[in-house]
Amino acid sequence: MKRALRLLPLAVADALALYGLVALGSQRSWWMFAGLLAGTAAINRIYLSRRAVPAKYLAPGVVLLLVYQVYVVLYTGYAAFTNYGDGHNGSKADAVAAILAGSEVKVAGAVPYPIRVMERDGRLGLLVQGRPAAGWRPLTYGEIVARQAEITALREPADGGTLKTADGMTATLYRATLTYDAATGSITDGTTVYRDTGRGAFTAADGRALSPGWKVFVGHENFTRVLTDSGIRGPFLEVLAWTFVFAILSVALSFGLGLALALLLDGHRIYRSLLIFPYAFPAFMAALLWQGLLNTDHGFVNDVLLGGARVPWLSDPWLAKLSVLLVNVWIAFPYMFLICTGALQAIPPTLSEAAQMDGAGPWRVLRTIKLPLLLASTAPVLVATFAFNFNNFNVIYMLTGGGPRDANAPVDVGSTDLLISLVYKLAFGGASRNYGLACAVSIVIFMVIAAVSLAGFRRARRLEAA
Amino acid sequence: MRAWRHLAGLPAVAVALFPLVFVVAASLNPSGTLTGSNDLFAAVTWDHYATLFTDELHPFPRWFANSMAIGLITAAGSVFLGACAAYAFSRFRFRGRRAGLLGLVFIQLFPQVLAYVAIFLLLSAVKEVFPPLGLGSRLGLVMVYLGGALGVNTYLMKGFFDSVPKDLDDSAQIDGASHAQVFFLVLLPLVRPILVVVALFSFVATMNDFVIAGLVLTDPDQQTLAVGLYQLVSYQLGQSWGVFSAGALIGALPVLVLFQFLQRFITGGLTAGAVKT
Repeated sequence: MKRALRLLPLAVADALALYGLVALGSQRSWWMFAGLLAGTAAINRIYLSRRAVPAKYLAPGVVLLLVYQVYVVLYTGYAAFTNYGDGHNGSKADAVAAILAGSEVKVAGAVPYPIRVMERDGRLGLLVQGRPAAGWRPLTYGEIVARQAEITALREPADGGTLKTADGMTATLYRATLTYDAATGSITDGTTVYRDTGRGAFTAADGRALSPGWKVFVGHENFTRVLTDSGIRGPFLEVLAWTFVFAILSVALSFGLGLALALLLDGHRIYRSLLIFPYAFPAFMAALLWQGLLNTDHGFVNDVLLGGARVPWLSDPWLAKLSVLLVNVWIAFPYMFLICTGALQAIPPTLSEAAQMDGAGPWRVLRTIKLPLLLASTAPVLVATFAFNFNNFNVIYMLTGGGPRDANAPVDVGSTDLLISLVYKLAFGGASRNYGLACAVSIVIFMVIAAVSLAGFRRARRLEAA
Repeated sequence: MRAWRHLAGLPAVAVALFPLVFVVAASLNPSGTLTGSNDLFAAVTWDHYATLFTDELHPFPRWFANSMAIGLITAAGSVFLGACAAYAFSRFRFRGRRAGLLGLVFIQLFPQVLAYVAIFLLLSAVKEVFPPLGLGSRLGLVMVYLGGALGVNTYLMKGFFDSVPKDLDDSAQIDGASHAQVFFLVLLPLVRPILVVVALFSFVATMNDFVIAGLVLTDPDQQTLAVGLYQLVSYQLGQSWGVFSAGALIGALPVLVLFQFLQRFITGGLTAGAVKT
């Protein structure tokens, strides 16, 4: 009985997995099917065996880690080498179907047929003549009006073309003006031939391409584009430099301020209780709040503190940089104050006392004893904070949205954009989504963070050993 | 403490607390606009709080409930998964242990935010097969957060587990305790401070997440505070400032209260290397 109870969670998981397998199988998603099958088998083996005790504790977290962290990282790496994005979403077959459908025009002299729109199990179809097949019923007028969008998208193959309806009562024959030649894999309109040039689009000899294209590997093109395309390289390098400046100054200023306060206030309880408030205030709300406070026309800072001045805190390129930096320091310095207070209290007082006995003044004690010990114990936190600020999307997005925008740059980029918000704009903002390029920049960011963190941690370990 | 030190302390506290005072004032100010809010406490009204809970355009109570539920489930899940993994790494010796630990530290360097394109596509695919975990599902969002739980927390928690002497589990095992009993009854009560810190930080991180929450949840009724309040401000800046302030205060309240109560745990956890996100 007890064992049966213990196996209950496993049974539930297996039931869900079985459901997933059936669903994936019916959709022919064989890669995901294989992944789920292997995962389920491994889980069952771990929990049914009496050994493998550590695996029992690791399995749930590792499964989630593999799916939601490792897989997405690998997929990002893969997508960085493709032209994935708007106009390059699906497979070549999808692109051919879409291009041919898009080229259809009304056949000259074609008369509209009377038709009826039929429905079965929620699916719609066009009935041209004769009796409907079993199970199909005609739509009422009200239903035709209600489902207009679906009905105008209906396509019924007929007579070497396609029947389409605009009103749900009559249909007209359309024929594609382009034809696809499967043997050569090209599309032609009779005069121009659009060939598959291996770049994910049918392209004519003069360079004109049909839309949509499809997803293909483009090798390291996204990476080289970032570094060589004159329109992207300039903004990218500027954003890269600013990201470093922002992350380094954020850490340095907030740490300096926090440390100074921690030394001055000496762990005073009231100050600690008060300074924990801004630390606990959710950072995204703080950034939104400051956006209001720094508003040029109505903000408290201009209106009250500066007596009605009109300082463009968030709309001047340099002032905006200063503003996001100062706001970020405001968000972070109480945290650094708490860290430094804790670290200072952890230093054994006997060390300072011994130094004082030897005749060292308070300044000397601070410089040669407290600071080195403090740096050693807070170094990992500083490295982690640097990595966090390197990707501090919230503060930038909520305060300035990356702006003010650089009007000269061909891509949508502003003077406070960090690399991470640039990725966001490339992927989701603006007119055309370019997932491939966004993923490539993501990979670059990852490399930078990994390098800086590894160097930082190695340094920290040396400090600890010294 | 000498008096001149307050010369440094008081301005710092003023700068730190002033924006919070401003939010309180703005949330009570009858004008409700950004400009009007600059007369701090000139008049007091509770209208904005009433609007917040009755206005159907901005389902604030839903946002609040969503944020709390998502935050609490994620926090509980992260602590549980992290503690399990930390126990395995701290108390057992197995093949791939060192490589596993290093791998976790490494994978953690890749923030989930960087992979949001891939997360979006993954959840779209999941939605086709199993909608309760796909795009537009709150549970699906929790799963994404939990996927990052091991990477962020295991190393920190393992360090804490290591500081509990192994003799304790050995003697429990001699008394006939199973590995599960050692974990739940002996170790977990002893490492409570780190459990509290990890829970708190993952709760705060979840509350603060804007990117992934905005990506996964699109239906206004399912959105979280971060996404909802951002829209409230960005679409009509100035006009709904009073309502935003009221919402920000109520939204921040649970975290502020938690922090004050758990202060002593936090200072200890911070020095152990926890990072607020």
